Amino acid sequence: MARRVVITGVGVLAPGGTGTGAFWRMLSEGRTATREITLFDASGFRSRVAAEADFDPRAHGLTPREICRMDRAAQFAVVAAREAFADSGLALTGLDPHRTGVSLGTGVGAPGALDREYRAVSHDGRLDLVDHTYASPGLYDHFVPSSFAAEVAWAVGAEGPVTTVSTGCTSGIDSVAHAADLIREGSADVMVTGATDAPISPITLACFDAIKATTTYNDQPGTASRPFDASRKGFVLGEGAAVFVLEELTAARRRGAHVYAEIAGHAARSSAFHMTGLRPDGRELAEAVTVALDAARLHPADIDYVSAHGSGTRQNDLHETAAYKLALGEHAHRIPMSSIKSMIGHSLGSVGSMEIAASVLAMKHHVVPPTANLRTPDPECDLDYVPLHAREHRTDAVLTVGSGFGGFHSAMVLTRPDRRTA
Amino acid sequence: MSARTLVTGIGVAAPSGLGVEDFWAATRVGKNAIGPVTRFDASSYPSRLAGEIHGFDAREHLPGRLVPQTDRVTQLALAAADHAFADAGVAPGDIDPYGMGVVTAAGSGGVEFGGNELRKLWGRGAKHVSAYQSFAWFHAANSGQISIRHGLSGPSGVVVSDHAGGLDALAQARRQIRAGGRLTATGGFDAPVSPWGWAAQLAGGMMSAGAEPERAYLPFDEDAAGYVAGEGGALLVLEDEDSARSRGARTVYGELAGYGATFDPRPGSGREPGLRRAIDTALTDAGCHPAEVDVVFADAAGTKRLDREEAEAITSVFGPRGVPVTAPKTTTGRLGAGAAPVDVVSAVLSMREGLIPPTTNVELSPAYDLDLVAVRPRTASVRTAVVLARGRGGFNSAVIVRAVD
Repeated sequence: MARRVVITGVGVLAPGGTGTGAFWRMLSEGRTATREITLFDASGFRSRVAAEADFDPRAHGLTPREICRMDRAAQFAVVAAREAFADSGLALTGLDPHRTGVSLGTGVGAPGALDREYRAVSHDGRLDLVDHTYASPGLYDHFVPSSFAAEVAWAVGAEGPVTTVSTGCTSGIDSVAHAADLIREGSADVMVTGATDAPISPITLACFDAIKATTTYNDQPGTASRPFDASRKGFVLGEGAAVFVLEELTAARRRGAHVYAEIAGHAARSSAFHMTGLRPDGRELAEAVTVALDAARLHPADIDYVSAHGSGTRQNDLHETAAYKLALGEHAHRIPMSSIKSMIGHSLGSVGSMEIAASVLAMKHHVVPPTANLRTPDPECDLDYVPLHAREHRTDAVLTVGSGFGGFHSAMVLTRPDRRTA
Repeated sequence: MSARTLVTGIGVAAPSGLGVEDFWAATRVGKNAIGPVTRFDASSYPSRLAGEIHGFDAREHLPGRLVPQTDRVTQLALAAADHAFADAGVAPGDIDPYGMGVVTAAGSGGVEFGGNELRKLWGRGAKHVSAYQSFAWFHAANSGQISIRHGLSGPSGVVVSDHAGGLDALAQARRQIRAGGRLTATGGFDAPVSPWGWAAQLAGGMMSAGAEPERAYLPFDEDAAGYVAGEGGALLVLEDEDSARSRGARTVYGELAGYGATFDPRPGSGREPGLRRAIDTALTDAGCHPAEVDVVFADAAGTKRLDREEAEAITSVFGPRGVPVTAPKTTTGRLGAGAAPVDVVSAVLSMREGLIPPTTNVELSPAYDLDLVAVRPRTASVRTAVVLARGRGGFNSAVIVRAVD
């Protein structure tokens, strides 16, 4: 009998309010958290809008030493992991450290800390041979984001398999998929998993400016992220973390845990085409969706909601829409789908986990979140993207997808565990 | 689950050699490849030695348009990938693209590229930052570029577990194959030899300040005082056994037979580190008794605390002087995420030749009850090898490779 993997704890740190409750209120009310960048002076950049988290690490109990040691992304991860762990109730029943692991995703690691450290060691860009004596002791850990997974492992007391998954913008799905695989194969019984990113930094802005991938709606920051809308002008950076506790189903039931959802199937495919370009027909993303559905033993008709990648670039919106038509057939037109990036922006790697959190909460509330700012639909995007307002909708099975640089595409199917037929 | 996962192709980009034959010719006799840093002026830094890959001209290995788009670490990875696929005899079109994937481990990502762009940003302004920065410095660059170059449309994976990641990548690749894939290219790479990369290595606090190439990195020696950093790594082609046989794979180097990964208890807990448990898990996974193991390729951190922990773990599993132990990385320095895949290559080549490569320069400290293969190579029948790797923060991984008849 194959081991089945379920989510028993959720923690979210997102723009628009800390904690899972605030996150869901914002999504279900269709509010947006995109705004003019306040984290630093962004006036010199082409795109100056982002969805920022109002985050005070001290308010979450991080010590001055921890705050100094960790990049903002690592701090997000630890805070979200603590929420997820508390939510799971595992602290009360006890944990076998050797059977507990961590799989934490990050798309870009610690660009904020690297940017700051680089300025210090290069004397603001004047030195090519940088002065290492100006570096903080944490610099190595900012380079190597396995330090994020280590921080989470220390926070929850995990001593089983621990790793960071860094597949760019699919990291947030791939890390959770990896965690589910480890439980299924018996390498762990409990996995703390999810993803974190804090990419809003000068170097990140500069490189997305250079490829004109980010929005220029600087004068309309609150409505700047417009996936599937004809007036879109690129994506809006975001930040944040979502972390989950995963357990084997029978163990979770035995201890009376609240089960949010089962990770019923997942798959990853690659375009093998271009580092940033997408094939317009969406065939590899479609293949990932089909394989994930097969793994879940579900038919496209069984899917109640699609949490779309919906980054807000024209290229993605067309690619993704084509992929759904390929993979879901006629059902693509029937299934409500939305992009929460319209509200929380695109935090690169971590957003995949934040979308898993949104999917799980949609199943809990039987409400699907909207695509905000979708007022002038792109005629080439002709599916039901749930414009502007959340919708009450029976939601027992969700498909969530992601695409990213490198040509990576990932899909995951989440279900109510008692729903699964096979 | 019963089908075996075989190593059918190898590509190496290491200070000791590009390609398998050069690498092994140097490694089998313990030829030193550590020397003064030449890639930048290191005279003002406390560590001035490195394992560099000399004479590597990316234009000889990559299409011209890729050179300005990639960090050195990706150029090395692509060169190794070309070797690995040529060695495996797999060309695009031979195998269904969805059946082929790639999983690589990265430590620091595209450090030199990222440092150059940060310098442009702060020295000259945001408009001078390269468009390629968006995909040259992130940790997924190597897997992405390898998937494109070799037409791998299956899953792409990237793991980061500091120096242990190279083994975690191999395990993830095996998982993909067991889930129905036919072939996965897997390994790890790092390239820290640039001023910005050096600042990070120095901040880590474990680099050797030694000035003599043959005295600077001395794991398990009483004079152990840190490590020398090197660049490079290895890429292996792993295949499902049935798939490899059906296409008539020309070389089977061995089987990836076992894997285990653990994380150390919180610092200061006083409890036993996790390495012994990782080895035990890998042995159980391989269905292998400790007495069957013919050699252990050690992580060989080169600092007293970590060396002692590793020696104790090896001794507790295999008994005092119970198994030959070696660390050929004393000739190259530590290659970050690339180190362990290079050791896996050495392990399968040890099987092929019946020879354990030496741990050069090291005089074993009497504090460790190890059978260290020091100074000279040792002739031995090698059927089963254990490779160990550990990462900063507490990552422990072990892989078992076994000969295939």
